[in-house]
Amino acid sequence: MNATESLRYFLPELFLLSGALISLGLDLFVRNKKLVGFFAVLVLLGTAVFPQVSDLAGKPLELFYGFFTLDAYTCFFRVLTVLILAATVLISISYRELSPSEEGEYYTLLLLTGFGLILMAASTNLLMIFLSVEFVSLMSYILTGFLRKSHKAKEAAMKYLLYGSAASGIMLFGMSLVFGASGSLELSIIRNLSATAPFYGVTLIALILFLVGLGFKISMAPFHMWAPDVYEAAPTPVAAFLTVAPKALGFALMMRVLSTGFLWINWKWSPLLMGLSILTMTVGNVTAIAQTNIKRLLAYSSIAQAGYILMGVCTFNETGVPGVLIYLVAYAFTNLGAFTVVIMVSNSTKSDELLSYAGLAKRAPFLAASLTVFMLSLAGIPPLAGFIGKFYVFSSAIQAGYLTLAVAAAVNSAIAAFYYFKVVRLMYLVPEETPEKIPYPLPLTLALGLLLIGTFAVGLAPSVFIKAVQTALFV
Amino acid sequence: MIIPLEHYLIFGAVLFTIGIYGILVRRNIIGILISIEMILNAVNVNLVAFSRSTSASPETGQIFAIFVIALAAAAAVVGLALVLALFRVRKTVLTDEITLLKW
Repeated sequence: MNATESLRYFLPELFLLSGALISLGLDLFVRNKKLVGFFAVLVLLGTAVFPQVSDLAGKPLELFYGFFTLDAYTCFFRVLTVLILAATVLISISYRELSPSEEGEYYTLLLLTGFGLILMAASTNLLMIFLSVEFVSLMSYILTGFLRKSHKAKEAAMKYLLYGSAASGIMLFGMSLVFGASGSLELSIIRNLSATAPFYGVTLIALILFLVGLGFKISMAPFHMWAPDVYEAAPTPVAAFLTVAPKALGFALMMRVLSTGFLWINWKWSPLLMGLSILTMTVGNVTAIAQTNIKRLLAYSSIAQAGYILMGVCTFNETGVPGVLIYLVAYAFTNLGAFTVVIMVSNSTKSDELLSYAGLAKRAPFLAASLTVFMLSLAGIPPLAGFIGKFYVFSSAIQAGYLTLAVAAAVNSAIAAFYYFKVVRLMYLVPEETPEKIPYPLPLTLALGLLLIGTFAVGLAPSVFIKAVQTALFV
Repeated sequence: MIIPLEHYLIFGAVLFTIGIYGILVRRNIIGILISIEMILNAVNVNLVAFSRSTSASPETGQIFAIFVIALAAAAAVVGLALVLALFRVRKTVLTDEITLLKW
């Protein structure tokens, strides 16, 4: 489909993009920068409900000469992306560290990142994959180092950039080899390669190099080194966003690449991903035990969660694939919620140390109860969201006959429960140090309430979400 | 005389390896950034070489290479801006002296 015909189907993205540009202009005229934030939330919610011109039950549309694939899968991840972003903007509005002189651009950057994330979900062409991944990465570096006064943030952004550029360079080298082996940049043509092709060995090496770049985005071990530093030092709303959105879209892209381009050698990448999955969850969980900073603890927990989600990718069967999507939704609600509580506590205590959570149940019973819910959901306790995700990926591993993987994951869940419950114990059983009242600003409370409802909804009425996931996958 | 494809690929692989080696052993952030540029140039050599030999349409790889060059410039802009910001407060560009965040 050529460019002018495509525009009709591209309206939601254009709406988001024009919203981003308008917010940049709005920043010049309004004195109260919170208004730009509220405008951004409206733009994002508008994008989420924007009516799609075509019905997508049929064939996927190849917009812009095949550079943007519009199908139900893209739409699913578009809605997920903009909702995550809306929550991020909402929890940024009352974030104390953000100075008013910089706040306007911050929202514009978030909206533009959203556009890049949607491109990630929609790309089936090596060039578009490279461009969208790099777009999101560059935006993430800038957002990480956004707080001008923080020395830690600058250091984290620098580390993030060095790791990220190296990973995308390696991924690009893999892409160039794939291009050489297949003679094309389209994933659908790469699929037509076969094990007897003269470039079979090259394709294998290329795929491994490709996985380095994607693994970096989802913080898969051994490419996870950047994650704890970035999540600790970035502004807390940005950390919340980075643990959820680029990771979710990284998984979306990974599944698209593996299913469209490389399903014919799945007996090669499946064991590889299984090993990496076990490594990722073990590294994440074991290191998380020793953490004394809540953001760092959540960072290692998010690495471990990536390990669980990888289980679904490596089995790639009819339970695993929907399992990944459901896990991503559940994880988005839960992790954003946990970070919202972190923001509310750090707004008043000015500290992210675990010790400042001692006796939180006395100071702010509602916050303590919410954080408990989120921690239990991360640990995978029914009837919360995390349980549904875990249930799917575990059963996919058993179904595929990967018992080693299932056992390793079960042991890991037990280790994980230890540090999640450590936080709960601190809040309820340890006496408080500073009897400080914690204020409840409206945007944060609203976001917290919605995320709590989401966490319960996925756990109590999973059928709604499973149906949404199944339409996204045509099953 | 036409240079065979293998020569380009070996050249690309050597450049890539030097880049990886540089990333791993360099202490200076600028040095690491230059090593990353070398990897990207290895990619460009590969792309252009393949676009002449195996590609269905010869311009695909060349266009990709131009995009890689443009994106490398964008990444360098962000990278050098961060190096400057870091240098202003820490007075160093050596990776082993930038150690506020650990474990």
